[in-house]
Amino acid sequence: MNALLALLMRDIRLSTRVGGGALMGALFFLILVVMMPFALGPDLALLGRIGPATLWLGALLASLLALDRLFATDYEDGSLDLLMMGRMPLELAVATKAVAHWLTTALPLVIITPILGLMLNVELSAMGWLALTLLAGTPALTFIGLIGAALSVTLRRGGLLLAVLVLPLTIPVLIFGVAAANAAIAGPAPFGPPFTIVCALSLGSLVLGPFAAAAALRHGLE
Amino acid sequence: MAVIDLANPTRFLTLVNRVLPWLVAATALAFAFGLIRVAYAPDDYQQGATVKIMFLHVPAAWLGMMGWGVMTIAALGTLVWRHPLADVAGKAAAPIGAAFTFICLVTGSLWGRPTWGTYWVWDARLTSVLVLFLLYLGVLALYWTAEDPGRGSRAAAILALVGAVNIPIIKFSVEWWNTLHQPASIIRSGGAAIDASILIPLLIMALAFTLLFFTLHLAAMRNEILRRRVRNMRLMQATGA
Repeated sequence: MNALLALLMRDIRLSTRVGGGALMGALFFLILVVMMPFALGPDLALLGRIGPATLWLGALLASLLALDRLFATDYEDGSLDLLMMGRMPLELAVATKAVAHWLTTALPLVIITPILGLMLNVELSAMGWLALTLLAGTPALTFIGLIGAALSVTLRRGGLLLAVLVLPLTIPVLIFGVAAANAAIAGPAPFGPPFTIVCALSLGSLVLGPFAAAAALRHGLE
Repeated sequence: MAVIDLANPTRFLTLVNRVLPWLVAATALAFAFGLIRVAYAPDDYQQGATVKIMFLHVPAAWLGMMGWGVMTIAALGTLVWRHPLADVAGKAAAPIGAAFTFICLVTGSLWGRPTWGTYWVWDARLTSVLVLFLLYLGVLALYWTAEDPGRGSRAAAILALVGAVNIPIIKFSVEWWNTLHQPASIIRSGGAAIDASILIPLLIMALAFTLLFFTLHLAAMRNEILRRRVRNMRLMQATGA
């Protein structure tokens, strides 16, 4: 337990200090949302209608951005080998790294969502619900991304591959996340069913992700 | 001959060389028979002759999905049983499955134009087949990126297993999202909804395409084994051994 906590703190510290990518995702998210009106025109009604979709897509792309750093830096400096040889089960270590990654890259996205929602003319009353869908859905994105990161870390130029591998697998999260967000804003469909499915997808990938990622690392680095 | 005996690539190659001509002949026969039955199959009363696209479209869709099934079994063979030929089987199945999925998409698009009035709609079934195609491309990209064939195969095997878990979820979510394509009309409770004059040629064509799949798969496995041998010989030559 102490070792896991130490690993968690180490990863958080690494990504928040110089050279870490913690706020890069949030910055990218901000820029992406700002670019949207330039492409679509400053029509507030239209922006409000596609606001939830824009925010979800932005969060999806932003969470991809830092994903290749999840294992790449540890692979380069050799600490990944130490993790693999250590006494801690690799599945737990990998899951801990993913949690640290989620805390430093995905949580900032969720926190700035209400502000970006304001810029996209999303109704104030629904802002909390919209952020809640992202809070429930981003763990699924991180843990699915974990598999892709583990698969691509041992391959040269794996970073390019990451988006191709990960994005198709995130389609269900996107569908139900946007459905829940739209339900919260406009109705008439109920918010509950898509939201609980998003939660289920997050929990499911929480189980599947670390095992697949650990297997990928073991087979890739042996 | 047990499966374990086939672990020896040379023995496998002899078997392939013995079986392949028969398989090619069976495929050709099945296609000849099936195409004759297709030619005599009646036109649909609404869709006219365009219904004949179905004889290509439906088997391609089935085999596109079966290709992933073959890859999943091969992935288990690679990761669990460490069968030396399993990764060759997986690698050989990926492009074939992708090709059938692509054929399914293209023929579906050509069929959609006269019957639905559009080449493409974001319908549940179309979209989930498209996603399947994208997943195939991901697997292929993984094979292309890996410099060491063994490492690439193991990575692709894990992706195939993850995909096997995810494909039903993706299919379910996309169906929830939108729908226009007809539901399954052959395997359903209450018997097939297709008349026997069309169903029988369809099943013969499905058999022919399945034979084609396995013919191509065995040939691709043979080629992959030979390709790896050539690679090893080149590496040995390069190191001067």
